[in-house]
Amino acid sequence: MSTDQIKKPFKLQLLIYSFVFLWFVLAVFPFFWTMWGSFKVELDFFSLADWKNALSGARTTVVYGTPFTGAGYEGAWIQEEFWRAFRNTGIVCFFTVLISLTIATLGGYALSRSGFRYSFWLLIIALVFRALPPITLVSGYLLPFYEWNVWGILPTTIIVLVAINQPFTLWMLHSFFQKIPKELDESAKVDGCTQFQAFRNVIIPIMWPGVITAGLFSFLLAYNDFAVTALLLSQDNQTMVPKIASFMGTTQTEGNVMFAVAAVVSAIIPLFILVMFFQRQLVSGLTAGAVKG
Amino acid sequence: MNHKTFFWFFMPTALAMLLFIALPLTSIVSQSLHTPHDKVLIVAETCDPFGCKTETSIDHKATQQLKDEKPLGKWVGLKIYFDRGHLAVKEVGELWDNKASLSDFFSKLKNLPFYRAMGFTLTFTFVVTPLVIVFGFVVALAINSVNQRLKGVLVFFSLLPMIVTPLVGSLILFWMIDSRGIIGTALQIIFENPELSLKASTGLTWITLIVYGVWHAAPFAFIVFYAGLQTVPKETLESAMIDGASRFQQVMHVIVPHLSPLVAFVALMQLMDNFRVFEPIIGFSAEAHATSLSWIIYNDLGGETRLLSSAATTSVLTIIGVSILLMPVLVRTWREFNPSE
Repeated sequence: MSTDQIKKPFKLQLLIYSFVFLWFVLAVFPFFWTMWGSFKVELDFFSLADWKNALSGARTTVVYGTPFTGAGYEGAWIQEEFWRAFRNTGIVCFFTVLISLTIATLGGYALSRSGFRYSFWLLIIALVFRALPPITLVSGYLLPFYEWNVWGILPTTIIVLVAINQPFTLWMLHSFFQKIPKELDESAKVDGCTQFQAFRNVIIPIMWPGVITAGLFSFLLAYNDFAVTALLLSQDNQTMVPKIASFMGTTQTEGNVMFAVAAVVSAIIPLFILVMFFQRQLVSGLTAGAVKG
Repeated sequence: MNHKTFFWFFMPTALAMLLFIALPLTSIVSQSLHTPHDKVLIVAETCDPFGCKTETSIDHKATQQLKDEKPLGKWVGLKIYFDRGHLAVKEVGELWDNKASLSDFFSKLKNLPFYRAMGFTLTFTFVVTPLVIVFGFVVALAINSVNQRLKGVLVFFSLLPMIVTPLVGSLILFWMIDSRGIIGTALQIIFENPELSLKASTGLTWITLIVYGVWHAAPFAFIVFYAGLQTVPKETLESAMIDGASRFQQVMHVIVPHLSPLVAFVALMQLMDNFRVFEPIIGFSAEAHATSLSWIIYNDLGGETRLLSSAATTSVLTIIGVSILLMPVLVRTWREFNPSE
């Protein structure tokens, strides 16, 4: 494409660059605006008098003596105990990713190495399950979970998220394992390995790129989930997203909107870091399903 | 791999899906056909010198016994499906009989919660999906033709709206469009209307939600199309150029046909994902003007009294809707695995 880039007329170049700039602003500005504003008081964040206050922090200076304040963060993390939600999210994400990957790697590998008809039907069933909105399943969980007295605790939510994760992870790992030549583990089996030994010694050492990509998407699903965590966790065990949702109700009335803003920014930061380090894997995962078809 | 080995490899994931997806599915179907038992009441008459009084009290023992005998509740068949909160067969029939005109019928239909939610869900799905495809395609074309060094940075930033938690992303925009927020204030100045609020009217709320939907999903379309653009054969483009095709013609006749399988992929994924629209309604506190099927389920389950049967019924109806949308995906997958047919 570099050859015709030189030939592009100036007007077209200008149009392209201004459009890209517009998209860049659309994609990024809301995040930076909110991050900037999270260090202000509410009257600056919602600047009724003069919008420039949101930039300069005039009101914040009046109250705290400096244009930046961590009061919102202090209120959210300490007073409202957001750290608890942050910790819960950490626990839920860690175990969901760990268990999801373990069982989906085995399952995806088996699907890719089995030539029988039923593996196709299993994939179709997984596709149907992937299409179901998770919230439609929740009313099916509630009765038995009350009955067994396991509602509201983290392990229950982790298992449910693992299960909801399976169809997608299974598909992703299945198509990844299919790209690994069958001859590799076949020859190990000829040398006398069992199927599991072949998997253990031949496949596991080379599967990490695919597993990391699948893990990223499992993580995002667990991290971003609202429907399941909001309805299956008790008040004390809430993760970040339902906690933020419950902030909206309470803080709006008490005039503590800045707590919610600080909590929202706190929830975004880990995602920023994730994209920064794993951009390549995310892109390859998003396009994996598309490009082969 | 023989059947036995396959079984042991596949069992953990199969067990997880069976217990937590397949079983709950059958459970919601059965819940939607039952309601909780009525309380067994005892009517007792007590008489004293001033007259007789009847007192009604709950017979806890009998109620419990009824529950133990039939833990699923009272069988009601399809009654919940047809009640006012769901398909509202009777109400729709009355509206149809008394309609002044077709538009009158549809505007009154919107007062019924299920049809109201259905209306927004379908509008959102079928407006956002094409917009995402067009916008994502234009962004991909534009970013593909900028300076090589800029591309990496742009891809990084373009991923953000999609990666960020939907509830969090919608909250951020919600604060910005607040009448005291930066976009809200800007719009008031542009339209010279200090009363303007995007939250006040149904139309504006729908537009806001749709804009959010496009903002959130466009990066996905962008990434897929951008990857596709890297595989456009250069020879075809060059020969088109030699034949005198303009840039626009090159895009329309070389690039678009090359990307059309990807368009189908993005469209199918987007239809499924947009049909479950839910978090933005919570984030934008938009339930007064827009509800979706997922939101109804959440609302039934989240209240003080958990309306399990009602939520289960809406869930079943939602799943039927998803299945209809899913048909093309299944056909496509079928063809992929059975290329001869």
